Amino acid sequence: MDILGYVLQQGINGLQLGAVYALIALGYTMVYGVLRLINFAHGDIFMLGAFVAYFLIAKFGIPIYLVFIITMLACAIAGYLIEKIAYKPLRDAPKISLLITAVGVSLFLEYFLSLNAIFTPNYIAFPRPFDVKGYDLAVFTITNVQVLIFIITFISLFLLYLLIYRTNYGRAMRAVSHDKETAALMGIGIDGIISFTFIVGASLAGVGGILYSIAYPQINVFMGIMPGIKSFIAAVLGGIGIIHGAVIGGLIIGICEVFVSAFLSSTFRDGVIFIILFGVLLFKPSGIFGKRIEKV
Amino acid sequence: MRFFRESWIFLIVSVSIYIILKAFFAFNVISPYIQQICLYAVIVALTSLGLNVIYGYTGQFSLGHAAFYGIGAYTSAYLTKVLSIDGVIPFIPVLVFCGLVSGLVGYLIGIPILRLRDDFLAIATLGFGTLVRVFLDNSDKFAESLGGSRGFVGIPRITNLELVFFFLIFVIIITRNLIHSRYGLFWRCIKDDELAATSVGINTANMKLMAFTYGCMLAGIGGALYANLYSFLHPSNFDILRSIDFLIIVIIGGMGSIMGTIYASIIWVGFIEGLRIVLPAQVLDMRWVVIPILLIALMIWRPYGLMSKRRKV
Repeated sequence: MDILGYVLQQGINGLQLGAVYALIALGYTMVYGVLRLINFAHGDIFMLGAFVAYFLIAKFGIPIYLVFIITMLACAIAGYLIEKIAYKPLRDAPKISLLITAVGVSLFLEYFLSLNAIFTPNYIAFPRPFDVKGYDLAVFTITNVQVLIFIITFISLFLLYLLIYRTNYGRAMRAVSHDKETAALMGIGIDGIISFTFIVGASLAGVGGILYSIAYPQINVFMGIMPGIKSFIAAVLGGIGIIHGAVIGGLIIGICEVFVSAFLSSTFRDGVIFIILFGVLLFKPSGIFGKRIEKV
Repeated sequence: MRFFRESWIFLIVSVSIYIILKAFFAFNVISPYIQQICLYAVIVALTSLGLNVIYGYTGQFSLGHAAFYGIGAYTSAYLTKVLSIDGVIPFIPVLVFCGLVSGLVGYLIGIPILRLRDDFLAIATLGFGTLVRVFLDNSDKFAESLGGSRGFVGIPRITNLELVFFFLIFVIIITRNLIHSRYGLFWRCIKDDELAATSVGINTANMKLMAFTYGCMLAGIGGALYANLYSFLHPSNFDILRSIDFLIIVIIGGMGSIMGTIYASIIWVGFIEGLRIVLPAQVLDMRWVVIPILLIALMIWRPYGLMSKRRKV
């Protein structure tokens, strides 16, 4: 294979990873928009999605389209409960208390689910619902898994676009993230919108969890930590609070990660992602698409 | 006058604790395993004190404290192994040097990232912690003896009761004096309101950097003592979960309370390591389920830390 084909091939692989990151990053960026909180538990909702899908496929043999719907519902419920139980009582508390609570929720989900009575801390092989097939397109090959990821991601993004820019809920969400007090004065129920944001973000993370575990079929209770942090970096890179920024950021982070693994060494990929983070925070803290310079 | 009277009480109490512990150690009242845990608790107290200066007193939220702890540990391990040091007296300059190295790294990394606030600082320090972890995992590519992801073996065991105790007392006194100096006052001002602190002429950037460097230095000394206590290091000992350990200790002890941090460290190590002896393995896993719940409850019930006074928001 010539070098151009290799680069293109790695680019496709990077897009595959980046699409998943984009789905998770959307949840981070929306929650940050309405609550100004880095929701550390978001990566664990992603993990929860993978586990729910595993049980639906391996134990019950449910068809794949139903798996998506049930997993999204389960993750939405989890996101809703986390917001209601852990974050809502802290609405007026200092910002750091909220952040520590988020870390606590994340630790709780990981260690509670890793109990031997529940999921166990071991790696579990994820049963793919179909066999992997590669289609040879002259310069590079694309697998049916990648096609599935691209299609599902595209549909999710399209639906999210409709939701945020074409419905009243979306308009209310944008208003809350712009200015909470004024939005409340305009008669928007802040608490309802915040819950709604968590629900949407969590279901996207659930979709991301299924796609990720189909592409990399090994799941573990702690699998959500690194993808979660990287997706947050993607959200910062695209401009935190900006919807399309999260998508572009996710794709960039995914491609960078795959290229570093392919051309440098896979042990350095986490390091490079964090170097990108430092670069963004120091030179353009508002991200690629951020217009106003916010004090961070 | 009260200040000095408290110092005397503090010295008398610490000397008597030392004598009791020394007697326990000398007459083998407690097993070597528990002796090791006792020393470890003191090291954790020392390191947490550093985080308390950064977070509790100055309000700079750091999720990368374990990285500085790790830098100190690896520096000390490398130096003691290469120079083949095996006495307490030649080890002291190494300890100080490790503290300085960690402090220097903290200073250099602090210049850019301390401009960030709250959650962005958290994510940046978390990123630095991960970078250090990646570096330690690959460290055998730079120097074979660092061991990389296989772990660093064969570090001379030097740390003993006198050393950790002396350093803890020394550091408590220095920290207390710093907190009561004008710099300490500036730090607490920055924590309460950074904008107001700037407006009364405090150089907030320098003061934050100073607190951060000092805290990282303590972490470096703690790490060095740790490396020469257990004689084995692994990069996974210095990842984000360890940083969260220190954070929980500072929160339980009360942000901005020196003695609170010390008590909390002892309780924490006792809880984590002590329960290992008492409880069967199956119940043991529950520790990490209970701790986050307690943490969340604590944040909702008393957001400034368990032993801190209730304050008006």
